[in-house]
Amino acid sequence: MNIPANLKYTPSHEWVRVEADGTLTVGITHHAQDLLGDMVFIETPATGRTLAKGEECAVVESVKAASDVYAPVAGEVIAANADVEASPESVNKDAYSAWMFTLKPANAADVAGLLDAAAYQKLVESEAH
Amino acid sequence: MTNQAALKQTPLNATHRELGAKMVDFGGWDMPVNYGSQIEEHHAVRSGCGLFDVSHMLPLDIRGANVRAFLRRLVANNVDKLQVSGKALYSCMLNEAGGVIDDLIIYFMDENWFRLVVNAGTAEKDLAWMEKMNADWDMGLTLTPRRDLAMIAIQGPNATQALNEALPGVDSITANLKPFNAAAMGEMFIARTGYTGEDGFEVMVLAKSAPFFWRALMEAGGKPIGLGARDTLRLEAGMNLYGQDMDDTTSPLESGLAWTVDLKTDRDFVGRKALESSEITRQLAGLLLLDKGVLRSHQKIITKHGEGEITSGTFSPTLQQSIALGRIPLGIAPGEVVEVEIRDKKLKAKVVKYPFVRNGKILIA
Repeated sequence: MNIPANLKYTPSHEWVRVEADGTLTVGITHHAQDLLGDMVFIETPATGRTLAKGEECAVVESVKAASDVYAPVAGEVIAANADVEASPESVNKDAYSAWMFTLKPANAADVAGLLDAAAYQKLVESEAH
Repeated sequence: MTNQAALKQTPLNATHRELGAKMVDFGGWDMPVNYGSQIEEHHAVRSGCGLFDVSHMLPLDIRGANVRAFLRRLVANNVDKLQVSGKALYSCMLNEAGGVIDDLIIYFMDENWFRLVVNAGTAEKDLAWMEKMNADWDMGLTLTPRRDLAMIAIQGPNATQALNEALPGVDSITANLKPFNAAAMGEMFIARTGYTGEDGFEVMVLAKSAPFFWRALMEAGGKPIGLGARDTLRLEAGMNLYGQDMDDTTSPLESGLAWTVDLKTDRDFVGRKALESSEITRQLAGLLLLDKGVLRSHQKIITKHGEGEITSGTFSPTLQQSIALGRIPLGIAPGEVVEVEIRDKKLKAKVVKYPFVRNGKILIA
């Protein structure tokens, strides 16, 4: 299973990278794209939008199904990745470089509530049974 | 997740697993949804040759002196169109209310033997209905479900070449077999039919021979295709899917299937009275999404004559755009633009005449 140790995760299958300046880069995990299959449409959130924790903020659609992407913590959208909207298949090629948006967390401490790689791996394994 | 033990398996189940297929519960059957990339599988069928395990569908042999008379009353299309052995007919089987119990293919072999192929999810319901009619009408027929057979669809421009290579001796049959015709070859049954909009075959073989035959077809260039691509291929080809585009509650005349309902002859068939006495207010239309996004079943369609609903929607790998079939009010013509509600947005879609794609070519403007 492809779950990099340097990232944080959510139970709804987003990955989160904590940048040096404290902002968060968010995408969907390798496992999530594997479940969804070939991506054909992605809609990212508008920059400046304020998100509550768990709020639906992006949409990924594979040829098979649509799925929401949720805000891992509360915060403000700083940037959205136009490249991933133009090339949805990049999520299938490398889920961890195909980020969706960056977020400035409302409370830096909220990041501690995210899953680490080991905890996320356990979650994925438990969902497989 | 799913309880594997409870799922039904086709004779090719182990083969799919060996090939690394992603397996899903498809109406109680453990079936491959893809073997990697659904989109690559889709293109492989349009440009080369794809192999589909369709053994979950049920071949059903009906034998006896009255088969033709039975089918004349049982189905909405007219089996009298079948006069040459091997000829196939697509038809709906209706209930008394004119709703579609199932859509099926009927092969005429001889006056004492017709072979039907019915959908997997409806097989038990169909069989019970046919047995009831057989008894009610005192037909004295024998209905034999052929679960001892596996069925493999070989589809795409290279289908003939792959089948000829995989099955020595079949070339004398494939050379002369016209679309929508079938021939028996020993225990095998070879039909020039399919669900992709491409040339190809649906071949029935004894279950025990299926894995070997599948491998031979792969060696001849056939690529395994899952149910995911089967759905995008049939939707591009403008072919209905039972349970989505029509069901027990919808009329074939409001499902784009009027061409399969024979009302020209005075033949009495189940559902005819209901069809002739009900007013048609809706039509099945093709839709092409003009905005970005993906059409999905059950999304609301807004037209100048009222609302409708998407029955099947997907992203079309051939058009690189989203397409759908939807049931909309009558009076909306091809070329008109309607709106589809997707999440919180109303997106523009053009009504188009379908099929969208046939024999590898895009047919819509």
